[in-house]
Amino acid sequence: MGHAKIQKKSTDTDMTPFVDIAFLILSFFIMATKFKPPEPVEIKTPGSVLSQKLPDNNSVLISIDSTDKVYFSLLSEKDQTKFDEIINGINTSQNLGLSPAEISNFRKTVMVGVPFGGLKQLLATDSKEQGSLKQPGIPVLDSATNQLVWWIQEAKKAFAGQKLNYLIKGDGNSKYPAFEAVIASLKRNEEYKYNLVTALDDVPAGSALDKSLKSPAN
Amino acid sequence: MASIDTGGDGGHKKGPGVKKAKKLSTRVDMTPMVDLGFLLITFFVFTATMSTPTTLDLNMPKDIKDKKEETEVKESGVLTVMLGKGNQIYYYEGQLKVDAEGNNFKQTTFKGIRDIIINKKKEVMDRYATAPNPECEAEAKAKGKPISNCADKDFVVIIKPSKDATYKNTVDILDEMTINQVRTYAMVKLLDQEYELIKVTEASSGIK
Repeated sequence: MGHAKIQKKSTDTDMTPFVDIAFLILSFFIMATKFKPPEPVEIKTPGSVLSQKLPDNNSVLISIDSTDKVYFSLLSEKDQTKFDEIINGINTSQNLGLSPAEISNFRKTVMVGVPFGGLKQLLATDSKEQGSLKQPGIPVLDSATNQLVWWIQEAKKAFAGQKLNYLIKGDGNSKYPAFEAVIASLKRNEEYKYNLVTALDDVPAGSALDKSLKSPAN
Repeated sequence: MASIDTGGDGGHKKGPGVKKAKKLSTRVDMTPMVDLGFLLITFFVFTATMSTPTTLDLNMPKDIKDKKEETEVKESGVLTVMLGKGNQIYYYEGQLKVDAEGNNFKQTTFKGIRDIIINKKKEVMDRYATAPNPECEAEAKAKGKPISNCADKDFVVIIKPSKDATYKNTVDILDEMTINQVRTYAMVKLLDQEYELIKVTEASSGIK
């Protein structure tokens, strides 16, 4: 009497493909993640329906925080010498007497939010510790002492002949006069085109924009 | 663990003198590795900044010193929108009238302004339908632009943020221009008279 042999099946699952997929996804996320650069101030931008991408090179970023302080920063990854040109220009036009070490520190400075008087102190501080430094903001509100005009002027000089974008990143709670003053200082440099940094909002259903997006023939 | 000991080892013949040689499995337990992999995935998913910032273009006109160069707009197609304190909007159509005959200074919110813009645009376009401008249409055709551009040509929104308005209000109203496809709009300084009116309205309706 021969009994049919029942094959015992292993309950062992082969985990290898699972691991493969897991690490594939992992490597994708590692590649795709772009860590935000540390910002000394937190700015919550308002939303807008436009889905235009932000130009991230050759730009001047003017930030307005929730207490109406204005900050100037330069985005130029390709050409670091622009940083030197701007700070040298500011140094000579304002007679600040910055040391070469302080001038080279400007490259690492994420944001400038001090009047010219406080610039030496800011640049003497190590770039890692600048975040904890209280910055009073660049004076803009009074048109006679609007120092942002100078910064824009130097940036314009440094980028002469190249396209320079002006990004304005304002906090939703900042008041209109600060924004108006920023616009005024850009206008004084004869710059009339700006990009306002916003977060993405949905297009309201049924609006004119919604309809035209759905029927591109119009 | 991923593997369960089933007990069966292939049916070796066991006998009294047969020493059992223990066979070590060459299998590696992958479970901790998977755990770690997914832990890292979750971390990167959460930290990934998927919401890349977008931009809103803003073009400002040059400051005009010469009165002659100023752009004139038809009074019937103008909607003036003023931004006040506490997310309030004040608006009037055409010229501001505050005398006894008729007060056209009105108040609304960001929710209500969309309908007002839509209605005003429709009003201007309807008026155009009764009196079309063939010159403009011929020009539009020649340039390959839609004729509908002529219909709302006279529709102009003038945005006047007061000093109490926030930056968010300003962006929101500019966004409203995009949403409702207002092609002509301008940001203009608020007049003192208008600011006084806003102040009075705010005081009477208790907006802080």
